[in-house]
Amino acid sequence: MISAAAQRGSAPNPNAFKTKLRADHISMVFGRGPDSVHVLDDISLEVDEGEFVCLLGPSGCGKSTMLNVVAGFLSPTRGQVRIDGELVSGPDRRRIFVFQERGVFPWLTVEGNIGFGLSALAESDRRQRVAHYVELVGLKGFEKAYPRELSGGMKQRVEVARALAVNPDMLFLDEPFGALDSITRLIMRVELLRIWGAERKTIVFVTHDIDEAVQLADRVIVMSARPARIQRIVDIDIPHPRDISSLKYLGLRDGILQAIGLAHKV
Amino acid sequence: MTALAQTRSWEPFAWPLLTAALLLLLWHFGVRQSGTDVFPSPLEVQRGTAELIRGDLLWRYIGDSLRRVAAGYLAAASVGIPCGLLLGWYPAAAQVANPVIQMLRPISPIAWIPVAIVLFGISDLAAIYLIFLAAFFPIVVSTMDGVRNVPSMYRRAGRNFGLSPAGLIARVILPAALPRMLVGLRIALGIAWLVVVAAEMIASDSGLGYLVIDARNSGKRYDLVVAAMLMIGLTGLAMDLAFRQAEKLKSIRWGFRDAH
Repeated sequence: MISAAAQRGSAPNPNAFKTKLRADHISMVFGRGPDSVHVLDDISLEVDEGEFVCLLGPSGCGKSTMLNVVAGFLSPTRGQVRIDGELVSGPDRRRIFVFQERGVFPWLTVEGNIGFGLSALAESDRRQRVAHYVELVGLKGFEKAYPRELSGGMKQRVEVARALAVNPDMLFLDEPFGALDSITRLIMRVELLRIWGAERKTIVFVTHDIDEAVQLADRVIVMSARPARIQRIVDIDIPHPRDISSLKYLGLRDGILQAIGLAHKV
Repeated sequence: MTALAQTRSWEPFAWPLLTAALLLLLWHFGVRQSGTDVFPSPLEVQRGTAELIRGDLLWRYIGDSLRRVAAGYLAAASVGIPCGLLLGWYPAAAQVANPVIQMLRPISPIAWIPVAIVLFGISDLAAIYLIFLAAFFPIVVSTMDGVRNVPSMYRRAGRNFGLSPAGLIARVILPAALPRMLVGLRIALGIAWLVVVAAEMIASDSGLGYLVIDARNSGKRYDLVVAAMLMIGLTGLAMDLAFRQAEKLKSIRWGFRDAH
């Protein structure tokens, strides 16, 4: 399973240079007058098809706002977002937003959650699709369980599977592993890379965790404190699986730490 | 494996039965000791109950009361739930309607009895109308509350999967609000049962409430009064227990913090 991700790293993706998402001069101001808050300041961004991009920045800097804008949940004060050349005007089932595991519907079983977006399908197709994704995220045997009976990591898998089941071409992940313990978080990162290798979705992933960004992304977009601007874009040209004690990894991580203005001595 | 905190299987039944038996004994000796000839002893009440059962009166009256509660309660739910949805969904509508609701809500349904009689006379409709009024407000308020408190993440997830507004209400808003709604529905049922008795005492000629007042007025039959009171309590308990079964469904239980 890891080899799938490794292959992607070594062999160039045929679609790698096709632009999937293009955000032009996005600015966002909440409120009016003296109480208004300037959250995003003239952010332009391109994401290629099949690419894994991390938006990295300190808490409260506006990276989640940016993700909500590109996902169509918020309209920006200025600027526009195009996906596949189409202007984004609202959420769309071709692009699924994954919250922290709190977005799982507690009144539905694992199966019910994963099949939520599949009501247009015939019963047998739906069952097949649900079974496939239950298997993909490693929840076999838990199909009839309710979210409250699951751990945080398992709930997060349910939410990822629910998103993947409708076969979207993009995923937006908003600090998806933020509420998990550090061991589960590491496991989930490996799982996400494996799934990404198998499904080749374009992924925009918001995090405040520098290691997470450098471990996962093809490119890390480093954002400044509010009002958020793009401070630096770092290409992570290390093939998966990544050796997180290699000099190259540590060098890239230190570069980002310095860009943010943090000394890496505790 | 019997941990100390674990209750044995017979305990949930045995202790309440013991309490009931003790109370009956206390009642029995209390009546004996005081030498009252107005207040009935448990045995007299038991004889009175048997008399009611033999005359078929008891089942008919319980049936009448339940029928009125069912009619008023279902009417309240079928008007109250859509109203609550609307008010929860549109904050502007809630701002307009809420002061009126909050003003009407503390008025005891009993205070509406004269109005009910003016409108419907001494009839089933008067009692049903009162039950409707009593059950309506808790249902509206809890539904509104439930809808308002649906986490925005659930709505957004629903929209993200391309649901229409109707689909969003049916597949996200209602199931997410259901635990809170059930609390209101259960309170409303309890109040409806209180109110039907009061309504029947004044604006009706059948039912358990009528039985209480009729047994007193026609010959001071306090054994029948107490028998009717006990039947009111038991029927209310049975309805509440039935309702609690719904809260145990796994698709609802997530909303109740202590339920496991």
